[in-house]
Amino acid sequence: MRKRFSSSAWVVVLFLALAACGRSDPGDAAAGSGVPSADSAFPVTIEAANGSVTIDAQPTNIVSLSPTATEMLFEIGAGEQVEAVDDQSDYPDGVPTTDLSGFEPNIEAVVSYGPDLVVLSGDAGGVVKGLEKLDVPVLLQPAAASIEDTYEQLGQLGDATGQRERADLVVDLMRTDVEEILASAPDGSGMSVYHELDDTYYSVTSDTFIGQVYSMFGVENIADEAKGAGSGYPQLSSEYIVDRDPSLIVLADGECCGQDPSTVADRPGWGDLTAVTTGSVIAIDDDIASRWGPRVVDFMRAVADGLTGSVA
Amino acid sequence: MTSFAAGASRGRRVAVIVSAVAIVSIAALGALLVGPVRLGSSGVVKELFAWLPFVEGDGLDEQQATILWQLRAPRVALACVVGACLAVSGAAYQGAFRNPLADPYLLGAAAGAGLGATIALVSGSGGSFAAGTPVLPIASFVGALVGVSAAYAVGGSMGGRTTTGLVLAGVAVASFLTAVQTFVQQQNSETLREVYTWILGRLATAGWADVVLILPYAVASITVLLLHGRLLDVMGLGDDEAESLGLRPARVRLAVIVAASLATAAAVAVAGLIGFVGIIVPHAVRMVVGSSNRWIVPLSALCGAAFLVLADLAARTVVAPGELPIGVVTAVIGAPFFALLLRRSGRVR
Repeated sequence: MRKRFSSSAWVVVLFLALAACGRSDPGDAAAGSGVPSADSAFPVTIEAANGSVTIDAQPTNIVSLSPTATEMLFEIGAGEQVEAVDDQSDYPDGVPTTDLSGFEPNIEAVVSYGPDLVVLSGDAGGVVKGLEKLDVPVLLQPAAASIEDTYEQLGQLGDATGQRERADLVVDLMRTDVEEILASAPDGSGMSVYHELDDTYYSVTSDTFIGQVYSMFGVENIADEAKGAGSGYPQLSSEYIVDRDPSLIVLADGECCGQDPSTVADRPGWGDLTAVTTGSVIAIDDDIASRWGPRVVDFMRAVADGLTGSVA
Repeated sequence: MTSFAAGASRGRRVAVIVSAVAIVSIAALGALLVGPVRLGSSGVVKELFAWLPFVEGDGLDEQQATILWQLRAPRVALACVVGACLAVSGAAYQGAFRNPLADPYLLGAAAGAGLGATIALVSGSGGSFAAGTPVLPIASFVGALVGVSAAYAVGGSMGGRTTTGLVLAGVAVASFLTAVQTFVQQQNSETLREVYTWILGRLATAGWADVVLILPYAVASITVLLLHGRLLDVMGLGDDEAESLGLRPARVRLAVIVAASLATAAAVAVAGLIGFVGIIVPHAVRMVVGSSNRWIVPLSALCGAAFLVLADLAARTVVAPGELPIGVVTAVIGAPFFALLLRRSGRVR
């Protein structure tokens, strides 16, 4: 306890020192002038994963430590209010990427950007408490379990940034797109999918966000039989995958592990799989398939195309 | 009297070797028969006998045969080779350092091999996995040698070759190398996942290419170690004594350490970091056949092979069709055994 107190005391000192120095960051002026008209809805209280969060005025110096939140913020028109994003945030183009880490957040480093709102997806090392102690509003938005959670998080960010109207619009558009995609996709019953996270055959069960997306198509997820492994991300035996012979193979390991349809075909024993011979091995941007932001629609479109291909 | 006793124990040891060969064969057969996909025992046996000349056999359909020959068999073979490498290098380190606690992990050889492989992975051309290329074993080998030499140098500078000194030095070197490896990983976050899954062990994706890749290294290093078993026994008398018998202890030790590090590196390069095989197998062997390295070395190779085949069998069947990381299985069995061993060696003192 004592140790924690002293370290946060240091953060306060540093923060004050930085504030006293004043900041001469060129991006600062741009962010300040570019703030869209406020909703005058402030102060606002949001029910988030870390409890009730009260934000007194429209934030203009947001720090996002979650690539998904970054995508959402820019999608709902709050991009101008974002001051800094973590090292994994890379979409849309031109986001203010820094070397801040969302996996091992450093409170001092975060505070040095003078945030009036911090959005993150995980509470590593007690960062949420640490920031709250410094009176920095924190919004914890953990990995979504289903697409409804995505809509909810978009709404939360809309409220938090004074962009609720635009956020609602984004959600409505997404709902329409999802409906259309599902309507145009072939009936998934009798079909099965194998979603690959890396080249050692880690996959996702229906308990995960990505797994939920497959459930929406009605296809069977072959990883579900490994639910006994305890996590939503089991490692599957290659002989099991070959034996199940899934109708669709979705590769989300192109970037991390250099996998693509041709490397899959070259794997020992995989060459004669139905998905390989019918060309139903599709590669999806690793990032799109690991975030639960607005681009989930693109992911669903790719899956729908893949399913159509494997029927034809 | 003495010669009679020696003859008797020799007979017993030959019997032990024969039964070890039998155990490896049975373990391998069992591992071929059982897996997450049911292939039918009679079908698999027929399929195996079809390798003999003049025996026609097609007990399995095409897909089942693919699973058996392309997926299951190479995995069993790789587990054999990796297990043998790890156990034999453990036995060799223990003999060369005259230290019962020496093993590739405690001595920093595995950590060094891990660091070498990590550097090879992150500097490899963007994303394309370096496993299956000869660069990885060589980088691992260099790393392993650096690790062991550092542990030995630090341990030696503590005065005498005491058990505690060497083990402490090994722990220090291993933590240092692991820290460097973590740092290298952090600096290359785009390959983080690749390195991470590799560390946990990659037997799950084994193919014949992996077996072919490490077989030459494994055969060469194990052969050298088998030839040095008797010399290790002489050195067990002490360096001065060995020298008076016309041996050059430094040279023998160097050859053994290089060969053992090569075996470790070969195993690490294809299978990642799999702990405890190098320490529990040689000690189990020692309990059965006594302290003669001439017998410990070959028996460790055989038992190590059998142990890892069975551990891998557990890894792929316990939560089937999911996988357990092989390193977890060996550590769960190995850690309690190691603790027991520490108690014993404490009592002896």
